[in-house]
Amino acid sequence: MNETDVTKNLKGKRKIKVSPPVIAILIALLLFLLSGFLPAGYSTVQGAIRQGLNILRLASFIAIIGAGQTLVIISGGEGIDLSAGPVVTVGALLTYMIINGQNSLVLPVLLLVILTGAVIGLFNGLGITYLKISPFVMTLGMAGVVQGALILWTKGYYDGRVAPFMTQLIARNLVWGIPGMIFIWILIGILMTLLLERSRFGKHLFAIGVNRTAARLSGVKVNRMVVLTYVIAGAMAAVAGFFLVSYTQNAGPNLGNQYLFPSIIAVAIGGTQMAGGKGSYFGTMAGAIVIQLITSLLTTMQLPQALQQIIFGSLLVLILIIYGREKGLRS
Amino acid sequence: MPEKKNAKVLNWIQSINTKHSLGIPLILVILTTVIFFSLQDNIFEPGRISRLVNSNFRTWLPVLLLTMGQGLVLIGGGLDLSNGAMVSVGNVILALHITSADEPWHNLGIVAIVIGFGLAAGLLNGFLTVYLGLQPVIVTFATSFIYAGLALLLLPSPGGAIPREYTNVYRTTQYLGIPISLIVLILLLLIWEFFRNRKYGRFLFAVGGNARAAYTTGVPVSWVKISTYVLSGLFASLGAISYSLLTGSGFSGSGADMMLPSITGAIIGGISFGGGSGSILGAVFGGIVLGNIRRIISIVRIDSWAVTLVNALVIVIALAMPGAINLLRRKK
Repeated sequence: MNETDVTKNLKGKRKIKVSPPVIAILIALLLFLLSGFLPAGYSTVQGAIRQGLNILRLASFIAIIGAGQTLVIISGGEGIDLSAGPVVTVGALLTYMIINGQNSLVLPVLLLVILTGAVIGLFNGLGITYLKISPFVMTLGMAGVVQGALILWTKGYYDGRVAPFMTQLIARNLVWGIPGMIFIWILIGILMTLLLERSRFGKHLFAIGVNRTAARLSGVKVNRMVVLTYVIAGAMAAVAGFFLVSYTQNAGPNLGNQYLFPSIIAVAIGGTQMAGGKGSYFGTMAGAIVIQLITSLLTTMQLPQALQQIIFGSLLVLILIIYGREKGLRS
Repeated sequence: MPEKKNAKVLNWIQSINTKHSLGIPLILVILTTVIFFSLQDNIFEPGRISRLVNSNFRTWLPVLLLTMGQGLVLIGGGLDLSNGAMVSVGNVILALHITSADEPWHNLGIVAIVIGFGLAAGLLNGFLTVYLGLQPVIVTFATSFIYAGLALLLLPSPGGAIPREYTNVYRTTQYLGIPISLIVLILLLLIWEFFRNRKYGRFLFAVGGNARAAYTTGVPVSWVKISTYVLSGLFASLGAISYSLLTGSGFSGSGADMMLPSITGAIIGGISFGGGSGSILGAVFGGIVLGNIRRIISIVRIDSWAVTLVNALVIVIALAMPGAINLLRRKK
């Protein structure tokens, strides 16, 4: 490649540079408009709003698991949390089985759920930092342990009920026909953005994501940061389970597993770099909406399961090709 | 001079450890195998050990093949989450189209198609991850959806059959008491050993260790990386063939449970997740350790509700061992 090529390339790239979250939102809008043309899609404005709100609510669960995932991925070192699936299930089952329809137990159980998720995250973090197990493998192993503990604990017997208060808040509409879950999600979004952009934790997180050695030399306690990140991720996943079961009103041994990979993909689509050091929660929120839209779209089209999978996979590859590229070694 | 002899043995162990990074995997394989055999009754009955080895390795071969492919991808610094779905596609094609043992050429053609699919799917993975620079964790997961969907499309409900003539060959053939599954494994390991000591092997480890340094010294980084995905696809096809011979039938989700063990096995076998170190023999050892653990747990007959937990805990302990040893050593 000679020099003029390089400059031309640079110019060409600069022209079409749009930030990934914006692309994700554009894709989401396009998909949503497309879904209106389907025979089973919405036909009126009210229908469109209702469907949009429903999709937002479903996306919120992916995005709350994705919140922990975003932090872990930004922290670098090939960070990822594969234990999130079973942790969501644990959060959901604890809520479902202990609360058993009593409003008074909601708050204590929420604390218990957060604590359980945090403890699991603590083990992840300790294994990754002190035993030097790669995050992918450590959290994968932990997923097995949590799933196993879950089976041993419940012995296949899932009985309980969500508190009426939670149903009211999350599954029903709160004000102006908007489900309470969406307000909770916006609140979490604001908190996450403040955490990432405005806090010392966030600053250090991006620092260790970019270069751990440099971060350590400039006084960041890298190991402590990594452990803390996994603790928060575990707690977030468990809390997502708490909210999820309030919506589904029902819990089983595999409730959380179907949300694991969507939560990771949402982070990637939102433009957070899988290598760490760069990303935003706003992007993850947009990514979650895109994933949920694709899923809903494929379901309303009533295609056979096999075709749904093929189309889902192909669309994902296409979206990733649009902007998920890393710089090659040559440039 | 016992001291010198000691030093020699130590040196030998050290060389195994550095050349093949086999220290802990080797110990684990021996340990789990000894436990497995000591839990069997009538172990010294003639032919008993041979039968056990046969039944173990013919069950494990599909996963072990996938582990070898995954090991290559991991050494090259990548990750293949779609190898299990490729097995499903291969298994479904074989079960649907191999109808009778009377048409060897037709059947050979089908096998060629399965291998061709594996190579093509691997090439697609390699193209997307290496050439387009997409993240392997995400993109091979996305392609796994495409492959799994394809398998489901071809065979919506379990069915199809592999002729008994073929499955019997796989289940019973032995040479010198060594089952055919183990022979295939050893042959593949020898073939890899041949390449490992040559240009390709050196390139692979260089690319996995430091792609930028390898690139500046003239290693064709992209091609080496893509080749690991293609090889992973090839091993997935071989896994599909052995799985079909093992079960004799087709199921669109047959490979789904093989993907994660292929990664865990390779890591327990001493391959580092970041690439550039480890060995394929170690990966196979890791796969055998996983198989042994499962067999031992099923023999010990612990409470069936606890099986998943115990299995996972043992795997985590095996994964934590190298790190724990390092930590203890440093404290001393």
